[in-house]
Amino acid sequence: MARMKFLCDADRCIECNACVTACKNEHDVPWGINRRRVVTINDGRPGERSISMACMHCTDAPCAAVCPVNCFYTTADAVVLHSKELCIGCGYCFYACPFGAPQYPRVGNFGSRGKMDKCTYCAGGPLADNSAAEYAAYGANRLAEGKLPLCAEMCSTKALLAGDSDMIATIYKERVLKRGYGSGTWGWQTAYKETIAI
Amino acid sequence: MRCSLRSLVAAFAVVLALFAVAPAFAQQPSSVNPTASSVQERQLMDALRAGTPGTGTTLHGRITIPDANASNLIQPQGQAWRSVHQGLMHWIGAIAILGMLAVLVLFYLIRGRINIEHGLSGIRILRFSTFERMIHWMVAGCFIILGLSGLNVTVGKILLLPLIGEDAFAAMSQWAKYAHNYLAWPFMLGLACMFLVWIVHNIPSRLDLDWIRRGGGLVGSDHPPARKFNAGQKGIFWAVMIGGAALSVSGIYLLFPFASGGVLAMQFWNIVHGIAGVLLIAVILAHVYIGTVGMEGASEAMTTGEVDLNWAKEHHSLWVAEEVAKGTMHPHAAGQPAE
Repeated sequence: MARMKFLCDADRCIECNACVTACKNEHDVPWGINRRRVVTINDGRPGERSISMACMHCTDAPCAAVCPVNCFYTTADAVVLHSKELCIGCGYCFYACPFGAPQYPRVGNFGSRGKMDKCTYCAGGPLADNSAAEYAAYGANRLAEGKLPLCAEMCSTKALLAGDSDMIATIYKERVLKRGYGSGTWGWQTAYKETIAI
Repeated sequence: MRCSLRSLVAAFAVVLALFAVAPAFAQQPSSVNPTASSVQERQLMDALRAGTPGTGTTLHGRITIPDANASNLIQPQGQAWRSVHQGLMHWIGAIAILGMLAVLVLFYLIRGRINIEHGLSGIRILRFSTFERMIHWMVAGCFIILGLSGLNVTVGKILLLPLIGEDAFAAMSQWAKYAHNYLAWPFMLGLACMFLVWIVHNIPSRLDLDWIRRGGGLVGSDHPPARKFNAGQKGIFWAVMIGGAALSVSGIYLLFPFASGGVLAMQFWNIVHGIAGVLLIAVILAHVYIGTVGMEGASEAMTTGEVDLNWAKEHHSLWVAEEVAKGTMHPHAAGQPAE
């Protein structure tokens, strides 16, 4: 099976936020929740780069390690998903996540964060593939339809790559060699304990 | 050669960045190597570790969505919090709680139950008023549920989940979380009441040093004089007050996400909450032991509110003398109704 990953080529990202919008639309993500976001570092200074960031679907995911009810699971494609049936909304995954991926609807009173929501790599959740219940809880399941995550699919500059680790690594490597520079595979060292050697 | 040229360009770019304000340097050279100004993740991570001023404590940037917290790009500290929560926290909890249980069992085996030396007198005096008992049990009841539900989020998945299955465990944990969030408030109210009602009796004094020096009646069969609360009880009082304050402050910060700042502050308060929690559980285990099986005649103080006169004379001689002097003591025979 494939080892699915995201890779954001920061030297190509133009901070158009199309990935953010596509994600919100595709999954009908509620107000206040952003499964994906674009962060610009060194804004207005030399070395400015924009990076599109979401759940990185880590190897040995910290969220899964700290979850008090073990609601996380890793699919055969190495996508980290969670069950909203089991989630108690304690917020621990948010403390542990290096990428700020877990989001909470913050309904109700103090500390009642509601069920956690995060990027599913467009792979739905533990419910039946592409069922109405799955869509309501987790959003579209594009992976089950043989499609890749929409954010990467519709990236105008092809900065955001999604797919099998080896394939996107090859694409990135070719780009860096051709243009002669690359600011690196953002988050890979943190998420996968590896980076792409050029 | 190419390498040295690169470093030359890099050096030039750095100089350019440093003197960007000076008009003489405002012009960009026509051929800028993008690599020279390209920010590498690794450099930023190294800068984070070195604690470069201005970069903050996370990889931070600008964001266009309203959620300002989302501008944290990467926070490697999450891994540190994870290792504390999944490793150190288990050890602190196990050592504090299981260690205290072991000490208590050992103490019981060696010292046994501390009996009333002169036996029951049959005369009972009021030790704790209805209000005092009410706040005690309000705090105690909340603490038991708070403690168990708190332990549940840390070790429940190791101890309980394999026994009852993931669905039942998640449902139970959900209710435990609600109980934890809501019972925190009567717990804090009770702590505040305890503080106001008992603070006058818990100011440390010279008497306490003597009590500790003479083993407090725990070691040996000595009965050092004490007023309403002896040094041991004052210790419990201050442990509950300080531990309770730490739990309250950290707990409120956890109940209101981002009230304390960013995610790093929440990680910090979570660790404070966990450590204060397990330490207070250990202290309270000792308190429960000495108030029930560990000492004859002690539990009645918090149940009926009345204790045997001989118990009071042995453990709180000065308090009995004060009560008699004040004329508030109305001893009556055991077995008769209180009023």
